[in-house]
Amino acid sequence: MASAATVEAPNRRDFLFLTAGAVGAVGVAAVVWPLVDQMNPDASTLALASTEVDIGAIPEGQIVTVKWRGGPVFIRHRTKKEIEDAENVPLGELRDPQTDQSRVKKREWLIVIGVCTHLGCVPLGQEGKYEGWLCPCHGSIYDTSGRIRQGPAPLNLAVPEYAFLTDTRVKIG
Amino acid sequence: MSGPSTYVPKSAIGRWFESRLPLMGLVHSSFVAYPVPRNLNYMWTFGAILSFMLVAQIVTGVVLAMHYVPSATEAFSSINHIMRDVNYGWLVRYMHTNGATLFFLACYTHMFRGIYYGSFKAPRELLWIIGVVIYFLMAATAFLGYVLPWGSMSFAGATVITNLLSAIPLVGTAITYWLWGGYAVGDPTLNRFFSLHYLLPFIIVGAVGLHVWALHVTGQNNPDGVEVKNAERDTVAFTPYATIKDVFALSVWLIIYAWLIFYIPNYVLDADNSNIANPLATPAHVVPEWYLLPFYAILRAIPNKLMGVIALFASIAILAFLPWLDRSPVKSAKYRPTYRFFFWVFVVICIGLGWLGSQEPTEGLTLIARFLTVGYFGFFLVIMPLLSFTEKTKPIPASIADAVLPKKADATAAAQA
Ligand code: HEM
Ligand code: FES
Repeated sequence: MASAATVEAPNRRDFLFLTAGAVGAVGVAAVVWPLVDQMNPDASTLALASTEVDIGAIPEGQIVTVKWRGGPVFIRHRTKKEIEDAENVPLGELRDPQTDQSRVKKREWLIVIGVCTHLGCVPLGQEGKYEGWLCPCHGSIYDTSGRIRQGPAPLNLAVPEYAFLTDTRVKIG
Repeated sequence: MSGPSTYVPKSAIGRWFESRLPLMGLVHSSFVAYPVPRNLNYMWTFGAILSFMLVAQIVTGVVLAMHYVPSATEAFSSINHIMRDVNYGWLVRYMHTNGATLFFLACYTHMFRGIYYGSFKAPRELLWIIGVVIYFLMAATAFLGYVLPWGSMSFAGATVITNLLSAIPLVGTAITYWLWGGYAVGDPTLNRFFSLHYLLPFIIVGAVGLHVWALHVTGQNNPDGVEVKNAERDTVAFTPYATIKDVFALSVWLIIYAWLIFYIPNYVLDADNSNIANPLATPAHVVPEWYLLPFYAILRAIPNKLMGVIALFASIAILAFLPWLDRSPVKSAKYRPTYRFFFWVFVVICIGLGWLGSQEPTEGLTLIARFLTVGYFGFFLVIMPLLSFTEKTKPIPASIADAVLPKKADATAAAQA
């Protein structure tokens, strides 16, 4: 087997064998992919990609939870103190360093996805050491900018894409 | 231990059938003539109990599926419909729900039995590993089933467990969207979970088939942990000896089952699950079903998300490596006093973790949970390998017959004297 004399140049049969195998592999992949991809979010789910909310009626100090893409979004009308607390945190203290300014479009309005970045529970507002949020599942604590301060969650509450259509209307997504 | 069948059908039809498909011969050699060690105790009846529970879950599950509607808007009310309107629906549902609890109770007993008597050691490594796979499939099936009633705890459980995968670097989030069929647990998730909850039990049936096959190749271990040397002296026939013992144990088990169903049917159910799922709020105190609590405690004990998830899966996966962690040539803890001591410490650790998993995580309790998590892994990674070489074991009997028969002979002699 190992001697040079027995190593033959690839012939027609080898070529046919390899190309047939390659076509077969592509065929299998072409069947497996639809079976896998059917589980991804479907067209009707993708169509629900944005939602509009009237925020005029939310008094200062209140958090309103709206549903976007099947999950919660928190709209928090922050008080002066909450804004100051959020702005005065030195970045060095943060696990996922972000300034408060980079997380809001208007200082009084904090809009974040209400899903704990640990394992996805919905945190409770105005609770925890920083009176931001406290997650009931495994005790992650967020500040009034929705940034992770304590507990197992690795990241800040995510900021969704949104735009102020007017002073009292936002479009999320 | 299994050889060619010696089964000869009595009737002409039986012989005609047998020469074309030797099905009865297989049953006969596996469950009638099959030799079992003569010293088995009641810990060896849990295999039969588990087989019964699997069939019970499938039968009650198929019935529930005739009335259950897997949709986010209707699932919750269809369960109420089953409980109130369907003839005997309450009974079938309570059988299924409490059946899951007893299934796990039997499974844990069966597994601890294996760890105590060294049943995972050569030549039964594969048999043991197939068992670990079955356990994992059971946990997955029960998790999927718990989501189906679509209560608030169903929803929270589905969210937390599927989010474990979001800890995977880079692709984690994409995987969770793929699992959910959306951006959060929702209608598509429920639908596919129902499909999979229906499928997995039948895969378990297949795995149990392999498990029993492997068992019938190596033969059973036994309380003294010495292999069968002389089938004549060391074993008795499966039927009637093991069959009767299994039937008796199963009867006692059924009394417990009936007591759960008729007296405390809601004991294992979380009250929060009587509220319909709400994607915008999580119940104040999220806990899994009791049988998953120790793993939940391990997850929470670790302050880092990715490491917590790794520890959770490792705590189950490590079981598959037992045959190579415990190298002691003596199987049964009966002859291993130090191992026996640590075995019971391990049992206490597991129960302790289970209790911690059910509590609100305060700082003090989290500290204890960390301590016990170290103990859990320490038992496998430190104690087992260490004792393999350092423990002074007691002398083991020369054979199964020597372990049990002389005592009997002495007793008869004493009775005659
Ligand atoms: C390995 C065996 C199985 C286990 C461990 C298991 C476990 C569970 C659990 C824990 C629940 C939640 C019960 C509750 O909260 O009330 C459940 C529900 C359900 N299971 Fe299963 N199951 C098994 C097999 C099956 C099979 C084979 C089917 C169907 C063919 C099935 C159909 C259902 C249905 C329709 C529900 C929703 C009704 C309800 O919640 O009571 N199960 N299962
Ligand atoms: S899900 Fe929020 S802390 Fe775990």
